[in-house]
Amino acid sequence: MTSDHIHPEPTTFLKKHVFSVDHKVIAKQFLWFGLVWLGIGGIMAMMLRWQLANPGVPVPLFGKLLFPRTSGVIDPASYNTLFTMHGTIMIFLGLTPAMIGALGNWSIPLMIGARDMIFPTLNMLSFWTMVMGGAVGFYSLFVPLGATEAGWTGYPTLSTTVGAVGQGETLWAIAVFLIGASSIMGGINYITTVIRLRCPGMHWMRLPLTVWGLFLTSILNVLFIPVIGSAMIILVLDRVFGTTFYVPASIMSGGTGGDPILYQHLFWIFGHPEVYILILPAWGVVCDLLSFFARKPAFGYRASVGAMVAVTVLSAVVYGHHMFTTGLSAMLGESFMLLTMIISVPAEVLFFNWLHTLWKGNLRLTTPMLFAMSVIFVFGLGGLTGIYLATIGTDIFLHDTYFVVGHFHLTMAASALFGTFAAVYFWFPKMFGRMMSERLGKLHFWLSFVPLVIVFCIMFISGYAGMPRRYYDHTSTEYLRPLQHLNVATSVAAFLLGAAQLIFVYNFIKSRWWGEPAPQNPWEVGTLDWTTETPVPHYNFKTIPVVQCGPHEFSNPVLGPDTDWIYQTEKLPG
Amino acid sequence: MDSGHVAAADHAAPQTSVPEDPHFGKASGGKVGMWIFIAQDGMSFGGLLFAYGILRATATEWPVPSDILGIALTAIATFILICSSLSMVFAVEAAEKRDQVGLVRWLMVTIAGGLLFLGVQVWEYMHLVHAGIGFAECTWEGETVNSLFGSTFYAVTGFHGMHVTAGVIYLMCILRGAMKGKYTQGGTSSSPVELVGLFWHFVDLVWILVFTFIYLL
Repeated sequence: MTSDHIHPEPTTFLKKHVFSVDHKVIAKQFLWFGLVWLGIGGIMAMMLRWQLANPGVPVPLFGKLLFPRTSGVIDPASYNTLFTMHGTIMIFLGLTPAMIGALGNWSIPLMIGARDMIFPTLNMLSFWTMVMGGAVGFYSLFVPLGATEAGWTGYPTLSTTVGAVGQGETLWAIAVFLIGASSIMGGINYITTVIRLRCPGMHWMRLPLTVWGLFLTSILNVLFIPVIGSAMIILVLDRVFGTTFYVPASIMSGGTGGDPILYQHLFWIFGHPEVYILILPAWGVVCDLLSFFARKPAFGYRASVGAMVAVTVLSAVVYGHHMFTTGLSAMLGESFMLLTMIISVPAEVLFFNWLHTLWKGNLRLTTPMLFAMSVIFVFGLGGLTGIYLATIGTDIFLHDTYFVVGHFHLTMAASALFGTFAAVYFWFPKMFGRMMSERLGKLHFWLSFVPLVIVFCIMFISGYAGMPRRYYDHTSTEYLRPLQHLNVATSVAAFLLGAAQLIFVYNFIKSRWWGEPAPQNPWEVGTLDWTTETPVPHYNFKTIPVVQCGPHEFSNPVLGPDTDWIYQTEKLPG
Repeated sequence: MDSGHVAAADHAAPQTSVPEDPHFGKASGGKVGMWIFIAQDGMSFGGLLFAYGILRATATEWPVPSDILGIALTAIATFILICSSLSMVFAVEAAEKRDQVGLVRWLMVTIAGGLLFLGVQVWEYMHLVHAGIGFAECTWEGETVNSLFGSTFYAVTGFHGMHVTAGVIYLMCILRGAMKGKYTQGGTSSSPVELVGLFWHFVDLVWILVFTFIYLL
């Protein structure tokens, strides 16, 4: 039983590259899959920004191809579909596979000294279930009577047959369900692997913080995705079998009805933990990378772990702050407000630890380090603006404005995305055996970071001025017309941000096949993944390593003057 | 030709040379995984029961369940399901004692219990639909009742019924292996039986909750 996860090296192409059960291959599959979808979701964002800056002007380049009926102009229905699918794709098909699927599969077994995930077949199923989810989601764009238009949150009654007649919405719900099932399979695998397959000496307080982040994310995945699964099942029942779970009596042809707010409860019970599902791995990566490149131990390791555990627990009991405007009782509203505010305490602990890790460090400003540091800044901006949204009084004013859009993009989207970039730049040498270009990487960083901050900071201003989200054309509303220049500025910055990603694509593809061969340990860090050779052999480690010290033993005076790091498998002298 | 042989040998080499790696804890990976799976499955039932609770609590009218649903029959079905949990315990015990005949016998009893339960459920559904309690529209004795009564009833019990079906299929797969003597070789060979037992007990436990909330309260 103990060695069920050991499997022979595959020999056929299909088993090696397609239906592989090797965690390293699955990680690469998830990475490619996630990056492609990030690209698709990004192009959708570009089209949204085009429409907002130039309402009614045909989309250049490929507009006529995508919207032939309106000769290239995005019609209102397509606009709705675009922002719905942009959100769904970025969260479920972009960041989830790239951050959790790829990073988790790659780093967990290698960092804890295991030969593979504990359930390799389940791992493969997890990937292919996600591919199925992606296929169903993509197909939903081309069905009769229209694609989904209800926003990524899919609120009823917009998402019931009352608001969306097309099959697209049903397929959207099924796609979310499938992707959720994939994440649950991954989550079960990650948790069990971390519990069972740590190598000797790797006790909990010696785990790299990346593994901690992924472990806690998996717990949230396993506990809360089933709830959105239930919500989606009920939505499909309402749409296909004519039940009225979410359809209120007032729009029924007489008789009794259900409760659209019920969906919001079920959705946000999952939805709020989802924010932390995406951000916890990024936090873990940031904790580790700051230490690696500041050549200092991660400050307050135990406090960081405790803070991440606290956030995990608290994230389950704050979801009501998404629903302040639904007529929540005052007592519930205030409780959720208080609990939400409490989350900032562990978040502050993490910030303090990050800044103190950098303090007086011997900083090496490599691309992964720059991205890791930018997460602090970007998440800080998002976190501080979150306080306005957690407070009932201000939230009622700011709800459903661009302020919210700016806030959640900075916290869960940009931070998770930059965390993913940091991880990709950092593990690329081990993953593909080649170095990425540092020069292009830094260019990519600056050309992404600056426009990104501009894009979402302008959104704070326009949202504060009262610009609602999800409007097709702000110039059609009298009081919003003076704000149009803000929309134009946002879009210009957004196009720059989009263009900068082409540098990443070029760098990634070029380095993947023609990059400089990577040494075993280019970053001089001591975690177990860098103790094994590059490219990583089929069984990861010749013999299972024995861990002798923590993951961040940098600049320890006992190491002497010649070196500032040791491997986790080495014993600290003295 | 020769080098091909060498390469083939190299491919096979790691499999035999990989040692039994040391692991933490005594619970097998399968057991930890099953417990986590049960936790997530519990949450999905939680979602449905939460929906049921909110819809019922906020409804203007809701029929008394015991007026419509046959409590007596379902109580018998519940008893059968609990008994099948007991026979599952005996099956696990038999597997650990390397008693193949006992294992096969108790697995068969458990499967029979699950099938009986499903049979009762199907009969109940047919009876209710015939009497006017549909999935999307409900009438009872000529009067319209809240359609959500039928919707929640079929959604929750149907979801549970699918779990019983999955459990029976899972048990049948285990029975196949048990007949070949796979789980009665001592050591850890009995653990797949233990795992199916965990799942089966979970399905039974959830039924107790479903029975209480949907039928009795």
